[in-house]
Amino acid sequence: MQQHIVIIGNGIAGITAARQIRKLSEHRITVVSSETDHFFSRTALMYVYMGHLRFEDTKPYEDWFWKKNRIELLRGFVKKVEPEQRRLLLEDGSTLCFDKLLIATGSRSNKFGWPGQDLAGVQGLYHYQDLESMERHSAGLRRAVIVGGGLIGIEMAEMLHSRHIPVTFLVREKNFWDGVLPLEEAQMINRHIRENGIDLRLETELKEILPDAQGKVRAVVTNKGETIECGFVGLTVGVSPNVAFLQDSGIETDRGVLVNEHLETNIPGIFAAGDCAQLRAPRPGRRPIEAVWYTGRMMGETAAYNLTGGDQSAVGSGQWAVGGERLAVGAGLVPYDPGIWFNSAKFFDMEYQVYGTILPNMPEHQSAVYWEHPEGRRSVRIAYQRQTGNVVGFNLMGVRYRHEVCEKWLRAGTHIEEVLQNLGIANFDPEFYRQYETEVIAQYNRQSGRNLRLKKRRGLAGALAFLRG
Amino acid sequence: MKENLLIKTMGFNMKIIQQTGLVLFIGALLIFLSVNGLDRYRLTPESLGLSNVHHQQAILDAARQSGMLGKTYASSFSFHSHLKKNIRAAQQTLKTTAQNGLPEGVNKGEYLLGDWIVKEYALQITRQSAAGPVASHPLLFLMLTFGLGILGGLLYILPQFSGTAGIKNNHIYHRSMTRGLKAGLRGIFLATTITGILIGGVAYMGGKWLWSLLALFVGGFILWRVFFTENPSTGCPARSASPEHTGWLGVLTGVLLIGFYILLYWAPQHITGWVRIVDPLSRALSGNPASHWFLYGTLYTVVVLVMGVRMMAKYRHNKYQLVRTGSVMFFQTAFAFLIPEILVRLNQPYYDFKNIWPLNYTFFFDYNLKTLTNSGGLGIFMLVWGIVLIVVGVPVITYFFGKRWYCSWVCGCGGLAETLGDPYRQLSDKSLRAWKYERWIIHAVLAFAVVMTALVLYTYFTGSRNVLFFNSDAVRNWYGFLIGSAFAGIVGTGFYPLMGNRVWCRFGCPLAAYLGLVQRFKSRFRITVNGGQCISCGNCSTYCEMGIDVRHYAQRGQDIVRSSCVGCGVCAAVCPRGVLRLENSSADVQERASDVRAIHIINGKVEL
Ligand SMILES: Cc1cc2nc3c(=O)[nH]c(=O)nc-3n(C[C@H](O)[C@H](O)[C@H](O)COP(=O)(O)OP(=O)(O)OC[C@H]3O[C@@H](n4cnc5c(N)ncnc54)[C@H](O)[C@@H]3O)c2cc1C
Ligand code: SF4
Ligand code: SF4
Repeated sequence: MQQHIVIIGNGIAGITAARQIRKLSEHRITVVSSETDHFFSRTALMYVYMGHLRFEDTKPYEDWFWKKNRIELLRGFVKKVEPEQRRLLLEDGSTLCFDKLLIATGSRSNKFGWPGQDLAGVQGLYHYQDLESMERHSAGLRRAVIVGGGLIGIEMAEMLHSRHIPVTFLVREKNFWDGVLPLEEAQMINRHIRENGIDLRLETELKEILPDAQGKVRAVVTNKGETIECGFVGLTVGVSPNVAFLQDSGIETDRGVLVNEHLETNIPGIFAAGDCAQLRAPRPGRRPIEAVWYTGRMMGETAAYNLTGGDQSAVGSGQWAVGGERLAVGAGLVPYDPGIWFNSAKFFDMEYQVYGTILPNMPEHQSAVYWEHPEGRRSVRIAYQRQTGNVVGFNLMGVRYRHEVCEKWLRAGTHIEEVLQNLGIANFDPEFYRQYETEVIAQYNRQSGRNLRLKKRRGLAGALAFLRG
Repeated sequence: MKENLLIKTMGFNMKIIQQTGLVLFIGALLIFLSVNGLDRYRLTPESLGLSNVHHQQAILDAARQSGMLGKTYASSFSFHSHLKKNIRAAQQTLKTTAQNGLPEGVNKGEYLLGDWIVKEYALQITRQSAAGPVASHPLLFLMLTFGLGILGGLLYILPQFSGTAGIKNNHIYHRSMTRGLKAGLRGIFLATTITGILIGGVAYMGGKWLWSLLALFVGGFILWRVFFTENPSTGCPARSASPEHTGWLGVLTGVLLIGFYILLYWAPQHITGWVRIVDPLSRALSGNPASHWFLYGTLYTVVVLVMGVRMMAKYRHNKYQLVRTGSVMFFQTAFAFLIPEILVRLNQPYYDFKNIWPLNYTFFFDYNLKTLTNSGGLGIFMLVWGIVLIVVGVPVITYFFGKRWYCSWVCGCGGLAETLGDPYRQLSDKSLRAWKYERWIIHAVLAFAVVMTALVLYTYFTGSRNVLFFNSDAVRNWYGFLIGSAFAGIVGTGFYPLMGNRVWCRFGCPLAAYLGLVQRFKSRFRITVNGGQCISCGNCSTYCEMGIDVRHYAQRGQDIVRSSCVGCGVCAAVCPRGVLRLENSSADVQERASDVRAIHIINGKVEL
């Protein structure tokens, strides 16, 4: 029987789900979203401001895609969800009925109740509208202050820097992002931020924002008592699930929408995915809310499977090509498994990749080999269990490694020495780039007194042989 | 605060350097544009200077009679048109004298002035009759145009990349020069250009409508296929290629480039000043006076070198780009520019060793085959070398490295696109619709090149010019006009600021089509996607000059195997997450393009 599946939110989670549902079934699909008409890549907002891309270019699919795949798009804000009536109330007064619902409403920027945080010229960066507002406030700007040393903060600094607007960057921690990065890497980024002419103030917090006569920001005051004149304040102190509209709906929420391992909420047939979802029981070593693009995509895919799962009549093509094998649809619900943690980012010109678990402060039972290029712009860190030698994580600055290869090593808990000797097959840097695997091994040999040698150099053939073997 | 101050003062100095550079460059450009108008033209027995005494005398007589001799003309336009009339008059006189009986001991072929020679003489004599500042001080003007232009260009360009090394595409879509134009205006440009070419084609083919009509018919068929029968969408338009506002500076640049090509191909008599300033260089290299092709070669090489330096400054952190740019600069300078000139100096045929049929569409023309077969061992070697490249070189090297070995490492068209064209690569149309056009048009051109060459060879071997309804000479002329000049030149380069830097390579080049077929079906090359790291940001697609929607593949974890990919590596360079890598491997040649590696869920696990 054809059902009506409604998805709130056209971000990566909601749209991945919609696409997968269409691959799996002939159900009617409606995506309701308030921010933009079409799905766009939030991660690319900065490039629009910097003039690298047009907004159009951030849309991963052409506009005809939705009609062709019979995914109905509805621009509107959902004010209320009524699970009993299986109905949504929209802000414009209309209603929308659903058989099954996916909540994928993402996040919103945090504000911590600072005096002056609602002044004109004070904002976060999350939605498309934030970009427009940032654009409006950039003209003639003499200085901007950014508060919060995270990924969005540094992106905002880079954005303003591209327009030659002087930036003061207030970071509460001792080093940039040192709640996530080990000390050496964090310091490398400190240096790089400063090299770009950003006025980085570590261990400095915002106390209040001062207005001018027109109600616009004039200056900020820090916890060190300093007043910094500025015409713009970027508040980038993290994001929280965007779930306020679910209050009193009967759908259980905590910080986010609470979901079980199938991404289903307390109400059958209502699921949540992406930034707004909070797992009741996250896997060991993982957080209940992981607000990144990749988990949004994986959750969207899992949710699609479960939204159509168990319903034989809904089967479209009957089968689904999965990882080379064919899996019958309707084989039951699939638990969400994010696999091995990975992430990546770019800090100005410095690329960062992580695979597995790298803790900012290495625990007693772990050890690591850390190599840093003398110029201080590249590094490789591989962490492993002190006792068994099993690798647990790769942290890379300015060097690219192959996702699949690292993942296979991590999944198998391969011994550090085997990893090191084969490290070449993980290298993903472009052709002609220098390879630093021998240096990493030399570092390990120095600290362990061993005498390992590199057995495999960079190359796809070696990587493929390893992955298939 | 101190750092900010430093940046500010540094920025200030940089700005002054850049502005000086800009002023110098614009000055050089203005001088360059006016060079053709500075000289006066005066016909004298010396400036006529023909080696054929009959022709010299007849034209001299005609000129004297018409009062042209010794008269000073203010522009090449009035001079050239009078001159042509006089040459025609001389042609007529010679013809009537010959009919009434040739003078004693004179060869008829030598005596008569053939039609094809009229144009040649008019061009040559106009060039020699110029007098004035440019003609008397070519070196000074070489310095004022090329010299100042290079200096100013470098001063303007290099400070742009003086910050930390990395991808610096800041403000590409804010700048009037690089942001492109509204799709509607682009359409008007295209339509006007195509109409102009088709009408010009009628004149070019001696008033025959057939050829333009044929082209119009094929074009109409492709339009109809793409728009009506292959339309992917259900009423929704394709991805727009429009910027927010049209960049008029880019449009102006496009117009200048188009104008340049029109003059170069069809009115070289009006650019005698430009040719004159590179004359000393030509004499130094080959010993011959400069022709407009020599001017073109010089300008081309200089532009590739200067903009190559820019490319290297921009990508100085990326070794692949450095090596590749060095390679195109080398091949342009040595193979396309210097070696052929030196060959001429050594009395050998003019030959560009890296230019491969069917891009080099004149390779199998009778005059070329004759020259090569009559030039001794080296000529035969050139002939064999050219054929080996086509039959063995292209498939084998492309099997190992992909089409990039040629398109973005060796080729001259590619070389210009990768250097002068780099600021415009984002303007390629990424819509699925554009891809459909691309496949139809480029394969049509390949078919045209093959048929044309087959006809020409048929004529060469049998001596018969007519095959079915077609005259092989006419087909060959039409190919030269429509594809060789109009498409490759006017649209290929003139449209850089309007439709991106690879319009020719993507839609028109028959060699690219051939290389592409090998790359798509039998090659070790592909662009590998790094697992699930793609954030769908769209930088790769935007900066793909071939208009490949790289993101489409990257975000589903599928390797990229596309016939059009020239392996420039820029998608991999601009990707902020290091997702893409150009690589070769024989391990999986057949499954390169499959999507089994796409990220999916299997029994609850995310598989890669
Ligand atoms: C500037 C920036 C850079 C980032 N860079 C990275 C990165 O490099 N790597 C990475 O992994 N992650 C990055 N992230 C995080 C990543 O973008 C998010 O994790 C991801 O977009 C979340 O996707 P989502 O589908 O869960 O939600 P969203 O993308 O937020 O989509 C939810 C949509 O639902 C709409 N909506 C919300 N409530 C309602 C309602 N009641 N009614 C109707 N519509 C509603 C919202 O307006 C929004 O459009 C970045 C985020 C930002 C802001
Ligand atoms: S896909 Fe990448 S390497 Fe190929 S042409 Fe496009 S940008 Fe260049
Ligand atoms: S540039 Fe990189 S991250 Fe962005 S869409 Fe392309 S492959 Fe993905």
